[in-house]
Amino acid sequence: MPTLPLLAHSSLDATVAWRGAVPVSVRQFLHEVDALAAQLPAGRHVLNLCGNRYRFTVALAACIVSGRVSVLPPNHTAEMVRQMQRRAPDVFCIADQDARDIDLPVFRYPNDLPPAPSAARIPQIDCDQLIAQVFTSGSTGEPMPHDKRWGSLVRNVQAEGARLGITPAHALLGTVPPQHMYGLETTVLLPLQCGAALHDGSPFYPDDIGMALAQLPRPRVLVTSPYHLRALLAVSTELPAADLLLSATAPLSTQLASEAESRFGCPLLEIYGCTETGQLATRRTTAGVAWQAFPGVRLWNAGETVWAEGGHIDTPTRLSDVIEPLDASPGHFLLHGRHADLVNIAGKRTSLAYLNYQLNAIPGVDDGVFMLPPDDAGALENVRRLAALVVAPTLTPATLMHALRERIDPIFLPRPLLFVDALPRNATGKLPTQLAQGLLASLQAKAALGLRV
Amino acid sequence: MPESLPTEPNQALQSEIAGLIVTALNLDLGPQDIQPDAPLYGEGLGLDSIDILEVALVVSKQYGFSLRADSADNVRIFSSLAGLTQHIAANRTK
Repeated sequence: MPTLPLLAHSSLDATVAWRGAVPVSVRQFLHEVDALAAQLPAGRHVLNLCGNRYRFTVALAACIVSGRVSVLPPNHTAEMVRQMQRRAPDVFCIADQDARDIDLPVFRYPNDLPPAPSAARIPQIDCDQLIAQVFTSGSTGEPMPHDKRWGSLVRNVQAEGARLGITPAHALLGTVPPQHMYGLETTVLLPLQCGAALHDGSPFYPDDIGMALAQLPRPRVLVTSPYHLRALLAVSTELPAADLLLSATAPLSTQLASEAESRFGCPLLEIYGCTETGQLATRRTTAGVAWQAFPGVRLWNAGETVWAEGGHIDTPTRLSDVIEPLDASPGHFLLHGRHADLVNIAGKRTSLAYLNYQLNAIPGVDDGVFMLPPDDAGALENVRRLAALVVAPTLTPATLMHALRERIDPIFLPRPLLFVDALPRNATGKLPTQLAQGLLASLQAKAALGLRV
Repeated sequence: MPESLPTEPNQALQSEIAGLIVTALNLDLGPQDIQPDAPLYGEGLGLDSIDILEVALVVSKQYGFSLRADSADNVRIFSSLAGLTQHIAANRTK
């Protein structure tokens, strides 16, 4: 059976990670992976919550070499955790900090891993091995699992590495968490499979990002999102030079991209991908709007639907985006955004159907609907929040918000949440967008007046 | 008798910060509606990490210092409006 190595470093003495400014060799990493794998409790499904990116990577590798599957839910709400448990009753967490909020058995990442007998070789992993199950929020309220197998994951980040020019000399710092696909692929698997090194931090505030980046040797890469980038550029202090900036999760404006390139003195590439297929394409935002698919990946329209196949994609896969292939230059396409029902806020994705299902499943809610506020003229990176209209005569705003918080990611909580007597549904029970938006606008206008009185 | 009451100037600062938060995050409430001791994250005011980043930007512009995550204080700083006010009062440069 075909196998691929756990990591692509050419020597056990090569650097695989930076804990701050201290390098970690492949040899030490493999020792820790073996030692951790030997301590893990029974249970094949793992929710890896480690906040330190190096510990996350050790835990992920320990799961891989011991045949365990990492589950990546879109959020950690109480309802999502219950659903994980229903699907995989043996699921447990690996955490390196307090995980009291999560109602699952917790394996605490040990402070000291005992030195293991010298692991003299880099493990080979079966390409068919199931590594991760990534969940998207389905429209029925049940999360949909997507299986990620070793061969496909590795081929995907190899293609990414080739496109981005990542070499064993590179060091990568991520501001995005490794618990989602972009962070997992680009801040963990990409350095492992390019023989490069990852920084163990996940800095959040602009000053922390600058300091962590400055700790890395060059060439160094900053893996980030439009939101972190905007905050970073808003500070006036000097930013350390970088050799490559990567952004994903949400569209980036040309203006911000161009400012980032000049402040960091290097190119910025955006990565396009989705949960179903992994990463598919890149573009240099300042060079034009067209995306270039990874070698071998083909995208085509069949009616309203876009399909992707080839490259690392095992079977043709349907995409949720609206795409226009550019026939004049094969492999290039324009991205026209998500289908209307899909919501992307600060890089987190869900659908209005999923949110409406969760809202209406709350006892006491007679009717309710989530709405995207109309487009405003703000920059792309500004965060737009959702609004919700709800008919729930027996509930208070506070109890309803509490119930919603149990079910949906906080980023999608409605702001505002407005109580109404009835929704303007038509004879067939449908809620015309225009009528709902009209009701929302008039309620907001009233509320604004009320505040001034 | 204490020579000065440190809470006095903090009251004015606290209201000012509440106003900044409401404006920066476009919240659907008035500054006086933010309870000084209620959590800003999660169940209290309901802010999330995107909001916190937004608040951090406003704070650095308005008060001339940057928020950092390396101190264990970070949880306390955003634990409440009062916690954030104390931190700003102790670190502001303008």
